[in-house]
Amino acid sequence: MRAQFVLTEIGVGLWRNLSITISVIIVTAVSLFFLGSGLLFQRQVNELRTLLYDEVQVSVFLCGAESTAISCADGEVTQEQRDAIVAELTDGEVAPLIEDFTYESKDEAYERFLVQFEGSPITENLTADQLPESYRIQLVDPEQSATVASRFEGQLGVESVDDQRELFVGLFRFLNGATAFAWFFAGIMLIAATLLVATTIRLAAFNRRREIGIMRLVGASKFFIQLPFMLEGIFAATIGAVLASGFLVGFTRVFVQDYVGGRFNIGGLVGTGDALLVVPVLLLVGILLAGVSSLITLERYLRV
Amino acid sequence: MIRFDNVTKVYKAKQRAALDNVSLNIDRGEFVFLVGASGSGKSSFLRLCLKEEKANSGTVHVAGRDLARLASWKVPRFRRQMGVVFQDFRLLPNKTAGENIAFALQVIGKPKHVIDRTVPEVLQLVGLDGKADRRPDELSGGEQQRVAIARAFVNRPAILLADEPTGNLDPTTSVGIMKLLDRINKTGTTVVMATHDDEMVDQMRKRVIQLEEGVVIRDQARGVYGSAS
Repeated sequence: MRAQFVLTEIGVGLWRNLSITISVIIVTAVSLFFLGSGLLFQRQVNELRTLLYDEVQVSVFLCGAESTAISCADGEVTQEQRDAIVAELTDGEVAPLIEDFTYESKDEAYERFLVQFEGSPITENLTADQLPESYRIQLVDPEQSATVASRFEGQLGVESVDDQRELFVGLFRFLNGATAFAWFFAGIMLIAATLLVATTIRLAAFNRRREIGIMRLVGASKFFIQLPFMLEGIFAATIGAVLASGFLVGFTRVFVQDYVGGRFNIGGLVGTGDALLVVPVLLLVGILLAGVSSLITLERYLRV
Repeated sequence: MIRFDNVTKVYKAKQRAALDNVSLNIDRGEFVFLVGASGSGKSSFLRLCLKEEKANSGTVHVAGRDLARLASWKVPRFRRQMGVVFQDFRLLPNKTAGENIAFALQVIGKPKHVIDRTVPEVLQLVGLDGKADRRPDELSGGEQQRVAIARAFVNRPAILLADEPTGNLDPTTSVGIMKLLDRINKTGTTVVMATHDDEMVDQMRKRVIQLEEGVVIRDQARGVYGSAS
């Protein structure tokens, strides 16, 4: 009896406020879609970071005979200088930051260069002697590359230090900015959704003020009076969340996987699996948003 | 059944107290007329009885409870012992007479078989046999008030509060409503009726409590409407 009564009340309430119910659904759907996109974007950035940073190394190029850097004033790097660098890498201040390092001789650099630029005229006049020998350093935490790089910059026998991470800094700055934008938008939209749910409930309570007045007088419990309103809000928000989830999964599949993935042939893109992981979050946020918003509104406008 | 001890109620917006140091006692099974001009404090008295308002000072006991100490979550259960009737009936226009009465039972979670049994009983009691399926706009004013009384009484409350129940009705119809309230009173329900209807009060010869500017100026057994001189 009670359940049926409450369900009927909810149905009547939703139907009476159909237009505003629809707007709650749409606003919730859009805001949660942004939230989901933000989460997925974040995930994508992290994935990309892991992927790219795994490759990141700091290269310490040593002075050759013709180097012009100040730290190469003594001419080609000496064995002592090499030893000093190795000592620094194994036991120095920055040693804990270093996962592993390899030495690349001029010949090895030349071999690699030939492979890299196979068929290019640039290789024709090149000799191994023109290429610098180097230490290739893998880092425990790629974020620390600048610390490691700066430790070797200007050291005697070091011509230059190349920090590959710097190449990615700009890219990640952009991606982080995009993520922040998605979060910001999601935040604004969620505020709008919360306020809209609150307004809807106020309107619904106003529409049913006669019923509510009688319910109070005949001694219906607060829970019983407020439940239909709360469930109405939650119902609309849940539909919004389901729609948002659908959009998100579709977007990931069609745009990210098929379009971006197909066109640019890059690995490590977020997929529908990741989107599905976000779905419970969206549902939960949707329900919480409506629930909390209703509770506060009912507490303020529907005293029993 | 209802006891006010030095009760004062002041509304924020107003200077003067709506009820000023009121003390009175209404016993179980009594029938009491509450008379006085508009703004004399009749409605405040009824609202305090229902715990719709809180007294600023003094204590209000209703149905054996000190309302100041009644936790807010217990208020609904407390109100199930009370029935209330208004001048404007307050029926739900989109529900039939029967549904209006059933509504009062549904919302306190009564099972369907109880509702199906009780609603016709109480309709018969108020003299609306066979009109269960009429909507309020298909009923006369007197009939609408009967539905409202049926709704207030369907839970067999210990106390029935009526705020000018005949205020919108013609004299003949009012007599009918009055008789109905009297009959309900005879079942043991305490009835407190705020009214302006002097003829009715004079005819019934029940206890009369007269309020003026929030003060009880007369409390008379078997009284009349105008001040007894």
